[in-house]
Amino acid sequence: MALSAADLSVGDTRSMVLVEDLKRTQLVQYAGASGDYNPLHTDDLYTREVAGYPGVFAHGMLTMGMTGRLLTDWVGDGRLTDYGVRFVNQVWPGDTLTATAEITALREEDGVHLVDLSVVTVNQDDIPVVTGTATARVDA
Amino acid sequence: MAVERFPVEASHILMFARSIGDPNPIYEDEAQAAETEPGRIIAPPTFAQASAQFDPDYRLRPQIGEPWFGSGKEPTGVTRQSTGGSGGGNGGSLHAEQHFQYHRHISPGDVLTATVVPGETWEKQSKRAGKLIFRETVTEYRDQHGELVITARGVGVQTEKPVEN
Repeated sequence: MALSAADLSVGDTRSMVLVEDLKRTQLVQYAGASGDYNPLHTDDLYTREVAGYPGVFAHGMLTMGMTGRLLTDWVGDGRLTDYGVRFVNQVWPGDTLTATAEITALREEDGVHLVDLSVVTVNQDDIPVVTGTATARVDA
Repeated sequence: MAVERFPVEASHILMFARSIGDPNPIYEDEAQAAETEPGRIIAPPTFAQASAQFDPDYRLRPQIGEPWFGSGKEPTGVTRQSTGGSGGGNGGSLHAEQHFQYHRHISPGDVLTATVVPGETWEKQSKRAGKLIFRETVTEYRDQHGELVITARGVGVQTEKPVEN
C-alpha cells in the first residue's frame, strides 16, 4: 500500500530489528549474491593476519541493503527515488542491528508529492553503523 | 568499473533479497508481485551494486588461473605489494558512502550497462585510521533503450592503517 502525504507528519518514525546475532554465513551469502568476494568479509585468517582487523566484518552494502527493507516496507514497493548512506562504523558477526527512519520533510515538486526521511541503523550498543537519507514518492 | 552487459534476472534478485534478509514477496514471487503497485518483480534498492558480477575485471572476485589475495595454505595468496590496495587496512580500501538515485526501478528482463566517471578526491586525518584518502565515483546505469535508470555515487576510503575499534 502506498503512503498518502495527508496521513504523514514530519517527525513520524518507524523502527525495525534488521538482524539479531548476525551470522558469518550471511556475509558469505551476501558475497555470493553481490559478487563482492573481498576476503575481509569471509576469510578470517586473511583479515586477522594480513589486513590487521580482529576478524571478518560485514560488507557496508549488506547493512545498507538490510536497512533498505525498513524503507521499502514503509514507503511501499517501487516508491523510493533516492537512498544514500554513510558507513560510519563496522558491523561484526554477532551484532544485532536496529534501523530507525524519521520523516524530515513533506514537499511537492512539479506536482509530485515527496517524503524525505533520515535513517540510522545502530548496533546492540546503540552505536550508529549506517546513517543516511531517502526520498520517496507518496500519494497526495 | 564498467559493465557492458548486466542482465537483470529473477533468480539473481531472489538470491540477493535472501542475502539481505528481506522476505518481501515482490523480490521472489511473480504472482504476488503482479498484485503490487509496480505489477512485476523489481530489484531491492541496493541491487545495482551486484553489477560487479558482470564486470569482467572486477578485482574483488577470484579470476580463474590468477593469484588471489585471500588465504589458502598461507594467510594470503599474493604478496602485499601486488594486492593493488584492495585488502582493507594498511593502505587498503573500505566503502565510505553509497547513494542511489532511482529514475525507475529495474526488473527481470532489463539489460543494463554501467559507465563510471571518477568524481572528487579529498583527504582527511582520522584518529582511528590515520590519513584517509576519499575517492568518489559516479556510475550511470542505462537500460536496453539507453534510458538512464539509476545514478549511483560511491565513495571509497583508503586508510593508512586498519580502523581501530
